[in-house]
Amino acid sequence: MSAKLNALFSDSYVDISQYRDQHFKGNRHEQEKLLKQSCTLYVGNLSFYTTEEQVHELFSKSGDVKRIVIGLDKVKKTACGFCFVEYYSRADAENALRFINGSRLDDRIIRTDWDAGFKEGRQYGRGKSGGQVRDEYRQDYDPARGGYGKLVQKS
Amino acid sequence: MSRRRHSDDNNDGSQPHKRRRTSEPIEIEDRLESLICRVGEKSTSSLESNLEGLAGVLEADLPNYKSKILRILCSVARLLPEKLSVYTTLVGLLNARNYNFGGEFVEAMIRQLKETLKSNLYTEAVYLVRFLSDLVNCHVIAAPSMVAMFENFVSVTQEEDIPQVRSDWYVYAVLSNLPWVGKELYEKKDVEMDRLLNQIEGYLKRRQKIHVPMLQVWTAEKPHPQEEYLDCIWAQVQKLKKDRWQERHILRPYIAFDSVLCEALQHNLPPFTPPAHSDDAVYPMPRVVFRMFDYTDAPEGPVMPGSHSVERFVIEENLHCIINSHWRERKTCAAQLLSYPGKNKIPLNYHIVEVIFGELFQLPAPPHIDVMYTALLIELCKLQPGSLPQVLAQATEMMYMRLDTMNTVCIDRLINWFSHHLSNFQFRWSWDDWADCLTQDLEKPKPKFVKEVLEKCMRLSYHQRIVDIVPSGFSALIPAEPLCHYKYGDETSGSLPGFAESTTVGNAIKNRASNEEILTILKDVPNPNQEDDDDEGESFNPLKIEVFLQTLLHLAAKSFSHSFSALAKFHEVLKNLTESDEGKLHILRVLYDFWKNHPQMTAVLVDKLIRTQIVDCATVANWIFSTDMAQDFTRFYVWEILHSTIRKMNKHVQKIQKELDEAKEKLEKQQNKKRDSGDEEDMEKNSEDEEGQLEEQIEKLQEKVESAQSEQKNLFLVIFQRFIMLLTEHLVRCETSSIDINTPWYKNCIERLQQIFLMHHVIIQQYVGTLENLLFTAELDHHILAVYQQFCALQL
Repeated sequence: MSAKLNALFSDSYVDISQYRDQHFKGNRHEQEKLLKQSCTLYVGNLSFYTTEEQVHELFSKSGDVKRIVIGLDKVKKTACGFCFVEYYSRADAENALRFINGSRLDDRIIRTDWDAGFKEGRQYGRGKSGGQVRDEYRQDYDPARGGYGKLVQKS
Repeated sequence: MSRRRHSDDNNDGSQPHKRRRTSEPIEIEDRLESLICRVGEKSTSSLESNLEGLAGVLEADLPNYKSKILRILCSVARLLPEKLSVYTTLVGLLNARNYNFGGEFVEAMIRQLKETLKSNLYTEAVYLVRFLSDLVNCHVIAAPSMVAMFENFVSVTQEEDIPQVRSDWYVYAVLSNLPWVGKELYEKKDVEMDRLLNQIEGYLKRRQKIHVPMLQVWTAEKPHPQEEYLDCIWAQVQKLKKDRWQERHILRPYIAFDSVLCEALQHNLPPFTPPAHSDDAVYPMPRVVFRMFDYTDAPEGPVMPGSHSVERFVIEENLHCIINSHWRERKTCAAQLLSYPGKNKIPLNYHIVEVIFGELFQLPAPPHIDVMYTALLIELCKLQPGSLPQVLAQATEMMYMRLDTMNTVCIDRLINWFSHHLSNFQFRWSWDDWADCLTQDLEKPKPKFVKEVLEKCMRLSYHQRIVDIVPSGFSALIPAEPLCHYKYGDETSGSLPGFAESTTVGNAIKNRASNEEILTILKDVPNPNQEDDDDEGESFNPLKIEVFLQTLLHLAAKSFSHSFSALAKFHEVLKNLTESDEGKLHILRVLYDFWKNHPQMTAVLVDKLIRTQIVDCATVANWIFSTDMAQDFTRFYVWEILHSTIRKMNKHVQKIQKELDEAKEKLEKQQNKKRDSGDEEDMEKNSEDEEGQLEEQIEKLQEKVESAQSEQKNLFLVIFQRFIMLLTEHLVRCETSSIDINTPWYKNCIERLQQIFLMHHVIIQQYVGTLENLLFTAELDHHILAVYQQFCALQL
């Protein structure tokens, strides 16, 4: 009987972002299909010291968490500031995007985004030094993420 | 306020999106939708001129887009109640220009009202009735016909054998709309309206209110009574009537257009018969009006309207509507709340905070997920950094002061909210202000609250952080460091039975032994429950479980993931050890002993043990009510575990039910296909096989569903039984020793029982027969029986 009023009731926090995983095995279309069905979130800007327990406590507020995979430095095998959070249902992941994305964990604003799904190997940073790419090039000093960026450290 | 559509991603691999250059119908419809939805928003022109302009545009588009316009207007009536009078004015203007359109709109609204009532969408139905009421003010609907509709509504109170919640709704649909249209209706039909109100008064006097205590946030009457919602709106309407229906808060754009509108011809509402009661009707549950502020609380600026003023009602309604419309987008929601029209005449921040906490503490459950309210309050603080945080702090302080009479379930939500909120603000709080709790018994509500808050804060950070943020006097309330306790780990444990075996098992695990190898090693563990070793060690051996699980957990203690891996790897061993119910229970005991100081780890491991079917839900319930857990019985984490367990059980039943429904649908489709297709023999044979398979699958699923439902029912019965035992014991003991039953433990326990009913009332409804015959009989102590009666009264 009535119209849906799409213009008004946007749910933009839940939309897929512009980011696409360059290492994804498959084409763009396949990646987007997975993103649209996914129950897994990528979580970034974590402190290196943030534990799985803290992530679990925070992300449980939007629903039952199935699994957390803490991102690791490829060389050191220590936490390097990101993780994956997988829910049992997509609706719970959506609520995490609406209410936990952009809030604080360990005093840092964390960012969450849809992920196509955890695969073995994706838990490692892709920066040359072993951590995340963003920590290779950044110029600022961040004590919770190993201090200065790697490039700055090397110079 | 960002209203951007989500980005036009032109690189999606499909055809590039061509910019439409011609005005295709779809584009015009979108434009109409946009124009209508956006009217009333911030604009350089006045609202009146915008409405005038839009009415002109729509009138011109009526010949070609009438049905679309009708549909959009019906939708905004239902979905944008906070902008009600903007749209009723618009409809008024359109009706003045085009009488037929006005008539068609009213008809469409009546159709929509009938549909929403049939679909159990009672909140939306109230908004539709409100819209119709306001259309009287806009000269679209004749007042006498509105009165007639209200009379039909109130006559529902004369129906026999209906649930009280049905007549409640129809009375509410009349009372809650009088702030908008009371004046107009009284001017035209005061005799009829008086009769109506008398009937309502009679109904309100005779309706039962057994359910009220179960829904109140505070049990105390002071400082603000938690009134039942119908009593409150009645008092507000009485006061409005005394004030001769003068209402000054509602925005009424139609007043500016009075000269145009009163020239319009009005329509009569067709006679409206409320749809008859049916068994699948689900009426809204009764509620209690949440109040925490009054005119004494806002120190400066505008005064808060009184609790029985109609202004208070309208403001709260509108704020609830805004949250209901925008909860998914917290920034938009916060901005919309803070730009409430007429905000300069009211202490808006106080109203917003009160409405938000009212929703958060609503019993049985908040309208939206708890974490939304935390996120919304943070956004509000960001937008009003100079004023809102102070109101929030004042509210928190007030709630702390009143913890003694606050419902335990609401205290839980307060703990979760406050700790999560603090974690976003570096845990800054004036803890010293709460030093009074340090002299109280730790089981009393205030110190208990602080203790639980600190525990939750620790979970979001780490132990040392909590030590650093609280004053030294608070050390007794700081949670224990979340370390494990390995019984075979220190020098003294050498003499413990099982010590040698624990070392062997530990080494074996480190050397990647298989499940079989571990089981072989465990065969050597003596059974303290048996005297001789005749039995091959197949019966319940608590020592075996302790040796294995303690050692395994110890090796895997590093993180959740390590422990989950360990449980997964040795699933076979665990299954073997927990074949009996005693084994299942003991595994939980060992787990608890090992992780006593880390309730978060205990909870996630219990969850995993259920999901991997090492223990079942009833075991967890029995464990929680066992004497081993008595000292933790009032701790928040224990109830989180129990409710999580019940939820898993419920989800399991739902999942299998869904599988069964899907299989049945598939079979039906298959059978239809067979009927509709030709008589080719081949096709028949194949489809017969498929059908046979499906039928077999359905039979299996049917069994699975019945088995799951039986397990679910059993879980609830176990829980109720244990509650009754514990509470009866306490009541009897108090009676014989002549002490007051109202200890902190008792308040906690009885409210936890209430919580079970409230949180799972839909499912428990199915068991009412069994519950009445078996458990909640007349012989039961009346304190316990009262809880059951309150639950029954919820949908009476």
